[in-house]
Amino acid sequence: MADGVIARLDDVRLAFGERVVLEHCTLPIVEGAITCIIGLSGAGKSTILRLIDGLTKPDDGHVYVRDRDICHMRETELNDVRRSISLSFQFAALLDSLTLGDNVALPLRENTPMPEAEVRKVVVESLESVGLAYAYDNLPAELSGGMLKRGGFARAIVTSPQLILYDEPTTGLDPISVHLITGMIMRLRERANGTAVVTSHDLPSIYMMADYMAMLFEGAIIAYGPSEEVRRSENPIVQQFLEGSDVGPIPI
Amino acid sequence: MKVLERVGRRTQDFFEYAGGLTLLSGTSAGFLVRLRVRTAETISQAYLLGFQSLTIVALTSLFTGMVISLESAVQAVQYGFGNVVGGAVAYASVRELGPMLTGIVVAGRAGSSIAAEIGSMVVTEQIEALKSMGIEPARYLVVPRLLALLVMLPLLTIFADVVSVLGGMWVAQAYAHISYQDFITSVRTTIGMNDIVKGLLKTFVFAAIIVLVAAYQGLRTRGGAAGVGKSVTGAVVIAMILIFVANFALSFLFFGSNG
Repeated sequence: MADGVIARLDDVRLAFGERVVLEHCTLPIVEGAITCIIGLSGAGKSTILRLIDGLTKPDDGHVYVRDRDICHMRETELNDVRRSISLSFQFAALLDSLTLGDNVALPLRENTPMPEAEVRKVVVESLESVGLAYAYDNLPAELSGGMLKRGGFARAIVTSPQLILYDEPTTGLDPISVHLITGMIMRLRERANGTAVVTSHDLPSIYMMADYMAMLFEGAIIAYGPSEEVRRSENPIVQQFLEGSDVGPIPI
Repeated sequence: MKVLERVGRRTQDFFEYAGGLTLLSGTSAGFLVRLRVRTAETISQAYLLGFQSLTIVALTSLFTGMVISLESAVQAVQYGFGNVVGGAVAYASVRELGPMLTGIVVAGRAGSSIAAEIGSMVVTEQIEALKSMGIEPARYLVVPRLLALLVMLPLLTIFADVVSVLGGMWVAQAYAHISYQDFITSVRTTIGMNDIVKGLLKTFVFAAIIVLVAAYQGLRTRGGAAGVGKSVTGAVVIAMILIFVANFALSFLFFGSNG
């Protein structure tokens, strides 16, 4: 694996039944950078995050995290890898039987020997960093969509992981919340070794935060590189997507 | 060809299900043996799954004991066997009906609740969230429920046995004029500790069936609300069938040779 690459998909193929989602998909995740994956709805962007987190296994190819192929690991080994990665789900996926504070505390209580007083302190810090310390005792059902997303972020950063994966962090939010959350992801990178992977359709926020961009189309990464480079790509598919045009090679 | 294909697919599904259930059982047993248990959650589940089933277990066992007594007491007295009615009611309750009916009632109440809770956690990605945090769902969700029911089902069964015998005793006295003293004497001479222990041993197997089937059904939920509904139905139906089968097998093992 190249220097500075924390995770890598290598020639991955994945199909759900007859439907091929990824084919010859290769993508490096550079350490210390925010990599944004763009692509049409249902293109397989979230699947890439699940592959990196070991929640989905490829039919073929390899997924490396810190030079270790996670595809053939046993569940206990995989759990060790997962503890160094955090996945922030599109709909937050907070446990609805626990308060927000207990949700954020969960990975600390389950995976570390941290004393309860210390857990509480770290959880409050995490919630403060997403502006939700006041909602510590609220149940997820009592929070708005934007608050749930931020709660998910707080849980993702609480263990100071080496890599944070954000699945559609801005989808379904109003423009002000999108702006707030984009700024938050940029600030939170300090909590995760600076490394994050974000899947999104929201181009303005991607342009704000992306160090690297990758475009996924028909199962493969058709453009990858520093953000500016991808934006200048002459690939007509990339251009059509970035322009949001309905005229071009992308089948509508 | 299509028939063969269907048979093949069903056979494959059966082994896949059996394999998955065995794997979940093994994983959960592993956590139990290593005492990797969430104590507070186990106590909470013991209350929810066990204590809150008291009323329905009481009603079921009360009327079961009463109906056994009603069917047997009058005729037994007519033929001069009134002094064995207490033994008959206790025999049926302690060895068979107490453990099995308690298992069936709890399968309906607690099994459906476990399958629905875990199933809805699957469709809202909460199970994936647990896995992504490196938390094993079997340890986090299944083990507390399993341990709780392994403790509570035998206790509920003891309670059901007592209520059933009391119900039978009241009906025997009211309709066949069998005195409480005669009834209790008959119970004491017929039922030994051996019967009670073997009846209770069954409940450990039933508890494992209820929790593991319900949890497995929940964990394999696909789709949205409809998928949760299917999982719940499957959990109750499969657990009930397995309880009947296991009850026969255990009765054969425990009581087969000496009646």
